[in-house]
Amino acid sequence: MRSTADVVVIGGGVNGTAVAYNLAVRGCRKVVLLEKGTLACGSTGRCGAGVRMQWGTEMNCRLARESIARFETLGQELGFDGDIEFKQGGYLMLAYHERQWEQFGKNVALQNRLGIPSRLVAPDEARRIVPHLSLEGLLGATFCPKDGHVNPFKTVQAYAEAGARLGVAIRKFAEVTGITRTTVRLKRVALANGDEIETPVVVNTAGPYSRQVGRLAGVELPVHSERHQILVTEPVAPLQGPMVMSFAHGLYCQQTPHGSFVMGLGDPHEPKGFDIGHSWSFLEDVAAKVTQVMPILKEVRVVRQWSGLYNMTEDAQPILGQVPEFPGFFQAIGFSGHGFMLAPITGILLAEMILGLGTSLDVSMLNLERFSRGELIREPSVV
Amino acid sequence: MPKKRRESPETIICRCEDITVEEVRELIARGYDTPDEIKRFSRCGMGQCQGRTCRLLLLGEIAAATGKSIEDIPMSTFRPPTKPVKLGLLAEARMRREGGEGE
Repeated sequence: MRSTADVVVIGGGVNGTAVAYNLAVRGCRKVVLLEKGTLACGSTGRCGAGVRMQWGTEMNCRLARESIARFETLGQELGFDGDIEFKQGGYLMLAYHERQWEQFGKNVALQNRLGIPSRLVAPDEARRIVPHLSLEGLLGATFCPKDGHVNPFKTVQAYAEAGARLGVAIRKFAEVTGITRTTVRLKRVALANGDEIETPVVVNTAGPYSRQVGRLAGVELPVHSERHQILVTEPVAPLQGPMVMSFAHGLYCQQTPHGSFVMGLGDPHEPKGFDIGHSWSFLEDVAAKVTQVMPILKEVRVVRQWSGLYNMTEDAQPILGQVPEFPGFFQAIGFSGHGFMLAPITGILLAEMILGLGTSLDVSMLNLERFSRGELIREPSVV
Repeated sequence: MPKKRRESPETIICRCEDITVEEVRELIARGYDTPDEIKRFSRCGMGQCQGRTCRLLLLGEIAAATGKSIEDIPMSTFRPPTKPVKLGLLAEARMRREGGEGE
């Protein structure tokens, strides 16, 4: 079947649904969202559900600050009849080495300059914030009480349903197999079932598979994917307010409003690729590290482990904007493990770019050309 | 053909997460007609038993609502560990391995 659209969005994770909703709410009439599987089946639905403003580059700080401000009222804005489970229990980031402590000092100075209420805390104060924290080897920490948790599944559902009410056509099991230029302005998006959609604008929000989507259009995008493993425990009584994060251990661990703990580890030796399998050694690694940092968790049971893919860029900051040699082909990719938490502002910025409105935030430095020009400012605070 | 059913809307379908038949039917009516979507948006099957109790009941609900046969409905991925395991036990296993002959 042949049809037309004003915008075709490829990828039904949080960024795809947020872009589609933000286009529709700004009056864009024919928005089609194509998802290869089902909503939130990729990186969004596999992520750690943390949202934080404590970043190490000005751009990531600004994007995160704007996103968290919007998460505060997102459920109401979207008219969602469920709960997106926004909890501001803070993030406590631990330093075990001098170098980390120095970096934290710089990060907090930057964050405070941008209006982010983070602060350096001594070990005894860290223990007041998380009473079951072991102080062994701890130099200090940073804490931002406005960081926290949001349910990624519910957020996607909220964006998707709000978009659908405004006329966004959401198609699941709709895999894109080709993107070709038909005129100077128009593109044809081909689907695996033989359908074709003619549109002036295509948006790539395919997360870990964004490079493949780029190739369908003959564009080579400077991103790669890598596996990150994660687990969830049984729910227990409320015990821990903040996300606890340690770059020295590569560890993050948060208790969700549901009561379960979600935790994961970054593996510096993880190869590039699309493996989303899981390993027993991960379970033992994360258990050994998390019980060292918070011994009380020895008593909590793991119920499930899984993995997802980070879509990495060289500077760990996203690519937002048009492909210069392919006008009308927009990217919101390369979030490097923080695509969920940045989605509220990403959806707005992409909609503004596509509709030719001024952007709420100057994100011109996140353009695709920065990689060929070598203008990279690397984010230091990624697990 | 939908079968005649005896359960009431308040019947619990997922006992780990307290999900009722009514909640599941409501999601299916909104178009979320795969086990994965229902799991994500309701937590049905995400609890301690990992869907061992509710999996077939859920498939039955989807089959009844969509007219598909159960074999044609894609299952959610089975994920380890099969039974809940204490983090302390896993940490001990790692320490024993490192303290013993090593890897």
